[in-house]
Amino acid sequence: MNDVVAGSGSALIVEGLRKEYVAGRPVLRGIDLAIAQHGLTAIIGPSGTGKSTLIRCINRLVEPSAGRLLFHGVDLASLDRRALRRARRRIGMVFQEYNLVERLTVMENVLSGRLGYVSPWKAWLRRYPPDDVELAFDLLDRVGLAAQYQQRADALSGGQRQRVGIARALMQRPELLLADEPTSSLDPRTAVEIMELIAGLGRELAIPVIVNIHNVELARRYADRVIGMKNGEIVFDGAPEALEEAQLKDIYGGEDWL
Amino acid sequence: MRTPPATRPVRPPAFAANHAGRALGIVVLAYVVYAASQLGFTWKRFAIGLGEGAHLLANLFPPDFHRWQLLLQGVAESVQIAIIATVFGIILALPLGFLAARNLMPTWVSATTRLFIALCRSFHPVIVAILFVKAIGFGAAPGILALIVASIGFVSKLFAEAIEEISLKQVEAVRATGSGFLNMVLYGVLPQVNARFIGFSLYQLDSNVRNSTMVGIVGAGGIGGTLFTAFQRFDYEFVCALLLSIIALVMLAELFSQTLRRAFL
Repeated sequence: MNDVVAGSGSALIVEGLRKEYVAGRPVLRGIDLAIAQHGLTAIIGPSGTGKSTLIRCINRLVEPSAGRLLFHGVDLASLDRRALRRARRRIGMVFQEYNLVERLTVMENVLSGRLGYVSPWKAWLRRYPPDDVELAFDLLDRVGLAAQYQQRADALSGGQRQRVGIARALMQRPELLLADEPTSSLDPRTAVEIMELIAGLGRELAIPVIVNIHNVELARRYADRVIGMKNGEIVFDGAPEALEEAQLKDIYGGEDWL
Repeated sequence: MRTPPATRPVRPPAFAANHAGRALGIVVLAYVVYAASQLGFTWKRFAIGLGEGAHLLANLFPPDFHRWQLLLQGVAESVQIAIIATVFGIILALPLGFLAARNLMPTWVSATTRLFIALCRSFHPVIVAILFVKAIGFGAAPGILALIVASIGFVSKLFAEAIEEISLKQVEAVRATGSGFLNMVLYGVLPQVNARFIGFSLYQLDSNVRNSTMVGIVGAGGIGGTLFTAFQRFDYEFVCALLLSIIALVMLAELFSQTLRRAFL
């Protein structure tokens, strides 16, 4: 179950990833994983099992305690600040609570995806390259928010905010898309719409997508591969079809909830 | 459905009694009573004071505006001092506020800056004005410098605290795009604190208008000097005119800042 698929076809190879927030109490106990160049991988597991830590270690929003993260051959864990910033540009992230800049407009939020590429002066004056502005409008069209581009982010509903978050992540023209519980703050129908967007855009742009998700049904519906975590380790790794009651009980524990 | 009184179970108190708070309140009250008794405040003095106060008020009226040029000059200088000090004060307070923010800066930077800001705040603007007058002579310049120091002391502290209260989620998202430090500040930090910063600056403008009328007492320019001289000469009607002008000035500044607030916030 934990076989490392070592191959040049992997977009991301995680080797021996460990994370301890408090010494002696590891949250991630040695994760080995290889993510292929395409497809949506869903990570499921109970709260506190390290799903969010794992995803945040990939773009080093959380510093790994040990291990390697080979992103197209480059070990993200060993990069200095400047190289890390350049690497982060290639990885887009969608957050559970949208993490938009509330007081800025939708367009400013989407274009902030390019902040890894524009100088502070241009960013201050909002002078982004015309190609980027064009892409921003395209992405807003694609997520269905073209008419709202001048609205302030705090005037939007949760589902709309998440769409802006997705557009922002894709503005980076990323080679990998991470989503940390993108649907946990949304109602069931909006959650499905957002997963449709994430999965659909991932396919269109042919980039790998890694999604943390609580909702097993959504994972089954949209994932090409499901990874189940328990106590900081991977205990299931396979196709959604192979995810049955027995495996779910193993991952989440408890008897009566299924 | 409520259980009948006879069979209701005995519950613990629903709200914890705040013993520490009550004890503190009693101590404070006791101290106030004691301190007041040390001040030599007797009812006899109070009664005499009322009489003298009424006498003074009678002397103030009618206000004497015949030296209105001198008055206007003093007011104009106070306004200049206030505005220049506020502008330069907030220009300096902005970067200092950033440097003092513990969630943005390493400890040695923020701690040193906070120390500096605390120093700026330690003395009342009038005392700082005395120091500057000794250093560079009389006039409006020491007044301006004194109020710049006061502005820095006030605005940077509040600004740093506003920065420390921001939602780090927005900052995290900007970091995740690979942006550098400045871009992160521009998009992740500033939009969250802009409104409050404008609020603090306008408040400081108000405060500087009032302080600018005071620094003149020690020779640092503005209407304070004129006021003090008039008082010493027992020219109470002129004092009244000056006081009324100061009230008018502060009210106008208040109106001005309300308009600016509505425009910016």
